[in-house]
Amino acid sequence: MSTETAKTGDAAQDAAPAVSDVSLYDVDNPAPVIEPPRARTARTPKATRTNFELYGWLFMRLSGIVLVVLVITHLLIQLVLDDGVSKIGFAFVAGRWASPFWQVWDLVMLWLAMLHGANGLRTIINDYAERDNTRFWLKMLLYTATVFTVLLGTLVIFTFDPNIR
Amino acid sequence: MGTATLEKNDSAGPVDSAENSATHLITVVLRIRRFNPEVAEESSWQDFTLKIDAKERVLDALHQIKWEQDGTLTFRRSCAHGICGSDAMRINGRNRLACKTLLKDINPEKPITVEPIKGLAVLKDLVVDMEPFFQAYRDVMPFLVTSGNEPTRERLQSAADRERFDDTTKCILCAACTSSCPVFWNDGQYFGPAAIVGAHRFIFDSRDEAGEQRLEILNDRDGVWRCRTTFNCTDACPRGIEVTKAIQEVKRALITRRF
Repeated sequence: MSTETAKTGDAAQDAAPAVSDVSLYDVDNPAPVIEPPRARTARTPKATRTNFELYGWLFMRLSGIVLVVLVITHLLIQLVLDDGVSKIGFAFVAGRWASPFWQVWDLVMLWLAMLHGANGLRTIINDYAERDNTRFWLKMLLYTATVFTVLLGTLVIFTFDPNIR
Repeated sequence: MGTATLEKNDSAGPVDSAENSATHLITVVLRIRRFNPEVAEESSWQDFTLKIDAKERVLDALHQIKWEQDGTLTFRRSCAHGICGSDAMRINGRNRLACKTLLKDINPEKPITVEPIKGLAVLKDLVVDMEPFFQAYRDVMPFLVTSGNEPTRERLQSAADRERFDDTTKCILCAACTSSCPVFWNDGQYFGPAAIVGAHRFIFDSRDEAGEQRLEILNDRDGVWRCRTTFNCTDACPRGIEVTKAIQEVKRALITRRF
């Protein structure tokens, strides 16, 4: 009896390697084989090993806080204080941009607001665009618009000429 | 219902127990999202009307349908007591465990809708392919990683250290959270709340030594930074885990590690 059992055991062991390729089960593994952890499928994209998303997330929080101060003060000056919106004209803008303080203020506000908004839209595109192609072109459009606006705004702030005719 | 019994007693004397048990059955309509790839390409709604005690659970109603009306109705369930995490489904538009949802708690007067959880491919009726969900879970290495020799006795830990990750040990991998997450619905590449909960359980375990590795994995493009804190996961969790809080704690750990 015991020899018989041993024999069948041997026979099964010999057969096992051939079978194991085909079936999930064999004599040594009576239960389904559990795949090793982190065995990725062909469809999963490569893992990124950068801190881009971390910095992006942090930038949104920090720039948001700064923008609250910058934008609310900006709106107060432009729309509420000293006769509100009716005072704004070429002279008013020229007067403010004569001071480096307001130049820097507006420059920082422009850059932070544009990058904050662009990054927010980037995440929205990532979340909602379903096809890779759509996602790519929407982001290209976004980046182009962002770069254009930021560069144009910066150019105007630095090359603004109050004596222009 | 108390008044109904009282009236009956007044008019017809004592009621026997069999009749009494029959009177508290109510008529419930279960509107179930059916899908059978061998029959039709599209899934469709099917209504089942049954008489059942309002204090029974949705799972009991599903059983009654499967056993007495339509044996082809397909759904997963194993322990039927809220521990195995097999029967997460979308009941009246919310992810719940069918075995923990009483009919009387979800307004049985209107038809009760039962759908498979979203964001995962439906195989048949209420059964979905859980593989992407488990893949994300495997990716965060949900097992103890240590170095050096094994201690001769158990690995000791203070009560405070154990308390640190207590909330996330309660996860039963039912996928109610991940399949309620709108970011996961889009392309299914986001790790999902459940995987992050699984990682949290080990990242904050003082006995584990691979926290750095897990943080690095979750720092990925599809890691914790895709969380939009919509709190769908926290609302959906049948175990009451504060899932969004756990995700935020992982984010904080990533930030404080860097700065």
